[in-house]
Amino acid sequence: MNTQSNAMPESFQAQSIAPAGRSVTRPMYWSVRRELWENRSIYIAPLAAAALFLFGFLISTIRLPDKMRGLSALDPAHQREAIAMPYDMAAGLLMLTALIVGVFYCLDALHGERRDRSILFWKSLPVSDLITVLSKASIPLVVLPLLTFTITVALQWIMLLLSTAVLLGNGLSVTTLWTQLSFVQMSLMLLYHLLTVHALWHAPIYGWMLLVSGWARRAVFLWAALPLVAIAVVEKIAFNTSHFVAMLENRLSGGGVEAFTAPGSLPMDPMTHLTPGNYLSSPGLWIGLAITAAFLAAAVRLRRYQGPI
Amino acid sequence: MACIIEARGLRKTFGTTIALDCINLRVEEGRILGLIGPNGAGKTTALNAILGLTPYQGELKVLGRDAWTERDQLMRDVCFIADVAVLPRWIRVSQALDYVAGVHPRFDRAKAESFLAKTSIGHASKVRELSKGMVTQLHLALVMAIDAKLLVLDEPTLGLDILYRKQFYDSLLIDYFDRSRTIVVTTHQVEEVQHVLTDVMFINRGRIVFDCSMEELESRYLEVTVHPQQVAAARALKPMHERQVFGRSIMLFDAVANQKLDRQQLAAFGEVRTPSIADLFVAVLGDVPGDKPGNLAGQALGNYEGAARGTR
Repeated sequence: MNTQSNAMPESFQAQSIAPAGRSVTRPMYWSVRRELWENRSIYIAPLAAAALFLFGFLISTIRLPDKMRGLSALDPAHQREAIAMPYDMAAGLLMLTALIVGVFYCLDALHGERRDRSILFWKSLPVSDLITVLSKASIPLVVLPLLTFTITVALQWIMLLLSTAVLLGNGLSVTTLWTQLSFVQMSLMLLYHLLTVHALWHAPIYGWMLLVSGWARRAVFLWAALPLVAIAVVEKIAFNTSHFVAMLENRLSGGGVEAFTAPGSLPMDPMTHLTPGNYLSSPGLWIGLAITAAFLAAAVRLRRYQGPI
Repeated sequence: MACIIEARGLRKTFGTTIALDCINLRVEEGRILGLIGPNGAGKTTALNAILGLTPYQGELKVLGRDAWTERDQLMRDVCFIADVAVLPRWIRVSQALDYVAGVHPRFDRAKAESFLAKTSIGHASKVRELSKGMVTQLHLALVMAIDAKLLVLDEPTLGLDILYRKQFYDSLLIDYFDRSRTIVVTTHQVEEVQHVLTDVMFINRGRIVFDCSMEELESRYLEVTVHPQQVAAARALKPMHERQVFGRSIMLFDAVANQKLDRQQLAAFGEVRTPSIADLFVAVLGDVPGDKPGNLAGQALGNYEGAARGTR
């Protein structure tokens, strides 16, 4: 459409030579901070969920001495299961919270700035559309998993210390608790789970929602959900199959299947559950990441053209 | 002198509507250009093209760069206030300062702080808690602290009361403008920017219908309040526009188009002065065939009507 001029006035050329590192990392860093300023639910919601859980757990410690006494009758594998149960529940609750926060964040991320016209302010600053979209994508893909990990580990530590205090206060031994609950392993498992399942496997879901939020003029949630329902319905009527639904299901819950062996065998060392080789070689992961990249590229391009609604 | 904006055959259509119809435009360094036109004339489209916010046909170079394809680099040297109230409502003043300082390599935080210190805006306030005038002050403080080559203002004072409007342009002229900067401003409040501008451009229906520097405007156009008995004689000199105010005829003459015109002769008809941009606007747009000048002028210069005429 336009030809680029080589005869650029010299006074303008001098300023274009900015340090390349600064021109990417600094805007990226500040853009992510900006997202955290705007969407405080990103950290408030998991913290609130953690506080809620801790409150419940605090009350449950009344029953802890009885529970520990009862445990000695069980075999070690079941002991481990019973002791780890509240800790897994804590992790599960926080992951669920992060999932919900991530979904709502993505649905609003590229829509809100157009709705309140602030996109005109953001676009008046030297931050490219690519950096903006990547910073927004990094919230569900990087920030939320890491935040969930940190808060969960902190929560589990507090739970462990609380339990210890209660047991010692009742004159009970804490050996079973501390030996059966391999804390480092539990944390590593959690981190692995968050990265493989919540960040990478779910990435296309977040990418899709970001794309729709950058495209839809209103009712982002409907635009994000309806096409999927429509495809599933058409497929069902036309071919009487449900491959698309199966694919969506696999995207929601299939990450765990690839990244972990099926539970039930219960080996003594839970770390043997992890199957990173299997996970990394599963086509689903790479196809998903490619689709995410395509969604984000489309979102970047859309933002280039979009103005306030 | 460096050419800041250069457009050749700039064209933009929305469906069948032609927003910009082959515009040629040249803005040089150190100018303050007022882009004036009725609603829907294509002002904002032109500015959006200059800012790389919208794709276009034709050639457009801003600071020697292609406005659309090189937008990211361009935004280091170009600053704009696209509209009033585009600052996000959730942001705190301190956060806005932090953010712009973080992402803009040419932002001078101390300058912004000293400008804010003159206002009643607190650092801990959120934008939603500020009045409209204060939000504009904040935005101006952020923008003026950026060492930009080109500043684009699209209706920067819309909806502000007269005190804020005056303050806005005063700050711009006193604290910001120097000969190495260039400002392009669109506004409906023409009479307030008249003393600020160095150049003025009228745009109507996607075309530039008038383009003139203020010096030229002063030497070329003459407005005469004609004595009733001289009206016929004055009309013989073919004024470009005539209007009635309090029963007196006010005629606008173009000294370049009408070579026979001389100032002495006009002075005999009545008081001679330089027309205001608003009057010139009405005269020029009134000449465009197919337009209803009354409507257009009413839209564009609505609040000019209330201003006292003939006081200059």
